[in-house]
Amino acid sequence: MELDSLYQEVILDHYKNPAHKKLSSDPTVSVHHVNPSCGDEITLNLILDGATVKDVSWDGVGCSISQASTSIMTDLMIGKEVPEALSVVDEFTELMQSKGTLSGNEETLDDAVALAGVSKFPARVKCALLGWMAFKDASLQATGKNEG
Amino acid sequence: MTNLDVALVKKDFPIFTKVMRGGSRLVYLDSGATSQKPIQVLDAERDFYEKHNAAVHRGAHLLAEEASELYEGARSTVAQFLGAADDEIIFTKSATESLNLVAYSFGNSDRSNRFYLDESSSIVVSEMEHHANLIPWQQLAKRTGASLSWFPVTEDGRLDLSDIAGIIKPGVKVVAITHQSNVLGTINPLDAIVKRAHEVGAVVVLDACQSVPHFAIDVKSLGVDFLAFSGHKALGPTGVGVLWGKAEHLREMEPFLTGGSMIESVTMTEATWAPAPRKFEAGVPNMAQAVGLAAALKYLTALGMDNVEIHERELTEYALKKFFELDRVEVIGPKNSEMRGAVLSFTIEGAHPHDVGQVLDQYGIAVRTGHHCAWPLMRKMHVVGTTRASFYIYNDLSDIDALVEGVRQVQKYFKV
Repeated sequence: MELDSLYQEVILDHYKNPAHKKLSSDPTVSVHHVNPSCGDEITLNLILDGATVKDVSWDGVGCSISQASTSIMTDLMIGKEVPEALSVVDEFTELMQSKGTLSGNEETLDDAVALAGVSKFPARVKCALLGWMAFKDASLQATGKNEG
Repeated sequence: MTNLDVALVKKDFPIFTKVMRGGSRLVYLDSGATSQKPIQVLDAERDFYEKHNAAVHRGAHLLAEEASELYEGARSTVAQFLGAADDEIIFTKSATESLNLVAYSFGNSDRSNRFYLDESSSIVVSEMEHHANLIPWQQLAKRTGASLSWFPVTEDGRLDLSDIAGIIKPGVKVVAITHQSNVLGTINPLDAIVKRAHEVGAVVVLDACQSVPHFAIDVKSLGVDFLAFSGHKALGPTGVGVLWGKAEHLREMEPFLTGGSMIESVTMTEATWAPAPRKFEAGVPNMAQAVGLAAALKYLTALGMDNVEIHERELTEYALKKFFELDRVEVIGPKNSEMRGAVLSFTIEGAHPHDVGQVLDQYGIAVRTGHHCAWPLMRKMHVVGTTRASFYIYNDLSDIDALVEGVRQVQKYFKV
């Protein structure tokens, strides 16, 4: 069924049991992002230790794709240096915009390759990117802050 | 089932021959967003472009004459459909523009005008408004210093009119209200609102996007002062909306958009306005679209608006009954078909509306998901969004059976 390419088992698992879905206290930066077309919202807290992503936590409401994608993203980002984390965000964004032509590099994207099928459903790409864009925004704000 | 033969109606709508995802037939339950178009409407537009195309109200040639006649004929058709006078019908690009036209016109008024607003004025809306009938008023209030208040919505999705005299109080200049909620299906009782509004000298602006396509409307018996609807929700093309206003109001109102066609005389520093409706139709209008809309309204008239209403009520009653049999599914809005249109919003426990819509799509079922441009109402009803099925003349009971089966598949798929 075509639907199964969208809703991979790993996505449904993350949806049922999202990782790091509890906002940490004392974040370096906290951001709030909204998907105005469907009303999904996310608050994301980022804690940096120098240039290292020490913690990413979040809370929000949204569809299985946005929730699972955010959950996968947090697992992926924690422990990475910010520049590397941002390049992974870019790689994932490229995958999402590929209209089904890319399958994703499992070495860098890990579980996030399960979201490759989303790129065939244009209305869902924004759902998948919601948490990632929030993370990118928070990282840029946090590093800007440090430099400043 | 009724005087409306759905199988016959469907033959007029080419889109129903389309094969959907998974090889399924199209079960179109999104007419609340936009209706599908019968061949008669498509033909009317094509005919205009092929045989009569010219800019209306300009030019001395045959085509200009024919185009003007068709365009003004469309105005008459709309007027008849609403029980209004021809000169009270203004063509816009959308219902959104119609509502903004009224709001901006009022905002352009000077102190001597009865529609002038300032800090001493109030505007009343309701909590169930579509953004198109909320934001123009919210922003007009901001620009003029007027205050904005609203009728709350009860838990079962009805307007709470218990404090009507307190909400429509002296100083209220505008009451902008929806005829039928695009989310809940609630049809609002207008008599009390109109009576009270007129007592305090306010005008009533009715958002009729979800009512004009679905049951017979007579503006005189409604008693409202303005009415807006969009063509594309009433079998017509996109790009054409209608504003009806009482002639006496249109006479007094300032224009919204200015430019060609809407003037009486112009110098380098001054201009005076043509009488309504042309005062409100600057620029070359959406002619083919207006002609297409007229064809749509003629199509509906031939079916009989009373037949349309009876048909939709049967669908709604059947859908409500079927949905009440489903476990872990909640209908958002009135639980009976009393004063309720053919819109069914629901939530499925454990499944987000966007995911619901995605699975239904796999079975060829087209629904709307999300906040339906009524974000404040979503918050009031304690939901992030809903899945909305809306019914029209080309739907039958088998479409509702397909939806109910689709909902079961959603629950199975997400194990909820």
